[in-house]
Amino acid sequence: MTKTELTNDSFYTSLQEQFSSSIISKEEPFGLVTIEVDSKKVLNIIKWVKENTSINYLTLIGGVHYPESERREFALVYHLHSLTENFRIRLKAFLPKEDLKIDSITSVFSGADWMERETFDFYGIKFIGHPNLKRILNEDSMDYFPMRREYQLEDATREDKDDTYFGR
Amino acid sequence: MSKDLKKDIKEEYEMERKSKDTIDGDLATLNLGPTHPATHGIFENVLTIDGEKILDSVQTVGYIHRAFEKIAERRPYNQITTLTDRLNYCSSPINNIGWCMTMEKLIGCKVPKRVDYMRVIIMELARINDHLICNSVIGVDTGALTGFTYLFQQREAIYELFEEVCGARLTTNMCRIGGFERDFNETFHTKLEAFLTNFPKIFTEFDNLLSRNRIFMDRTIGTGAISAERALNYSFSGPNLRAAGVDYDVRVMNPYCSYEDFDFIVPVGSNGDTYDRFQVRQEEIRQSLSIIRQALDKMPEGKHYADVPEFYLPPKQDVYENMEALIYHFKIVMGETPVPVGEIYSSVEGGNGELGFYLISDGGRTPYRLQFRRPCFIYYQAYPEMIKGQTISDAVLTLSSMNVIAGELDA
Repeated sequence: MTKTELTNDSFYTSLQEQFSSSIISKEEPFGLVTIEVDSKKVLNIIKWVKENTSINYLTLIGGVHYPESERREFALVYHLHSLTENFRIRLKAFLPKEDLKIDSITSVFSGADWMERETFDFYGIKFIGHPNLKRILNEDSMDYFPMRREYQLEDATREDKDDTYFGR
Repeated sequence: MSKDLKKDIKEEYEMERKSKDTIDGDLATLNLGPTHPATHGIFENVLTIDGEKILDSVQTVGYIHRAFEKIAERRPYNQITTLTDRLNYCSSPINNIGWCMTMEKLIGCKVPKRVDYMRVIIMELARINDHLICNSVIGVDTGALTGFTYLFQQREAIYELFEEVCGARLTTNMCRIGGFERDFNETFHTKLEAFLTNFPKIFTEFDNLLSRNRIFMDRTIGTGAISAERALNYSFSGPNLRAAGVDYDVRVMNPYCSYEDFDFIVPVGSNGDTYDRFQVRQEEIRQSLSIIRQALDKMPEGKHYADVPEFYLPPKQDVYENMEALIYHFKIVMGETPVPVGEIYSSVEGGNGELGFYLISDGGRTPYRLQFRRPCFIYYQAYPEMIKGQTISDAVLTLSSMNVIAGELDA
């Protein structure tokens, strides 16, 4: 691929040329191109992006839990950045709660190591191929994943507090 | 006779050398931390050492994990500022302002120019504060305590300035969505002038103590080095990345808060070692001083807050006297203000790197998801690679020069 100037459209077009079957949707909230991709192809896409465009910097990996959306309960969000062209992208992949597995991108970015461990620690998403997938911030013996929506922040047994007026 | 003696000595020497080999060949395990004074916070590193050489290190983090991202999902937007204080507590105003700017971006609020300039002054003071701590501690770990105690008087002066603006020192909660709680007062300006006059002299003295000091240079050059390529691969940011030779600074690349109005340079190193990190921070302190001076000189007239009554807490006196102010006050405190649906990533140049906020709003009273990009959590994972093959004292020095802050590391 010849290196053209990166814009939301040019990036999307070139990604579509390569992975047209794996791209599910595209949005641009606040000008940041957000592309939802097939969770099976995340590693390939990120590898391709790093090798073929100037986007070579991993900013952030994070998880999101949407308990209500069926078969798409967990989302993984990757923020990547091209430092030479000052261009950011966001990739998203959704996973069903029965099959929380995705390929680790530690082979592409060493910095992904702890970000993936943190996501595993918080949401229980397993990263295949991660060299050391253990909890990082919480204690090893913890038997649940605290950032999931079903775990309320406050003590559920308390009756003196009515939460209906206070949102979630 | 003399020949025999020589032989004996030789044999003895050989035996001694052999036994030494076995001692050094044995690998030992050393716990560096969790609460060792040289580890600057609660970090645990289990080192595998051969003699004094580090072969491997296993890190444990999370000792002060406080689940901020979970707590943030239950808090109205204006109450999240206090959580950000407790990330990098050496430069908490940057975190506060970074969060407020994320919210302003989400609600589409444009703040007056004066607010931008005020924020720049506060953020640069915080950056100086952050770098002062880090650099003077590098001095301590090389055996020079004097600079540390000397500079901490200046850090005190910065805290007094913060106190004048918001009443707090360490966990400042300084910013409001839309601007500042109050304008800078006279005392602040007097104290800032005094600081800008006194500090450079003291700072130059500190710089003279260390920068070209033979002992300091021998200790720090080549210690804990990382190449630009590896640093990028590890998603380094801030002074650590710049010391490795990559000129990435959020202030320049994505100017926020009118940073484009100011003239400053982004210092870069070449080796990515402790000495370069030290020098990059030293130069950034000088640049910050110049930015503060420029902002003071060009300070525009105007209000210290934007016109966003749904988000900006009204002055207390108005709440008692003015019906609208009372309503807005109630709505803000109870978190009843509607917030647009959307997702946003916004970042600022924190004291030690790119501090990002990834926010998903579903229109509810609290964020649906808020993730902090904590720079030192990301770059601290390169630590074992950086200290491999170095000595234990170098490991301590590398840790302090990376500016790892426990509060930010563990969220």
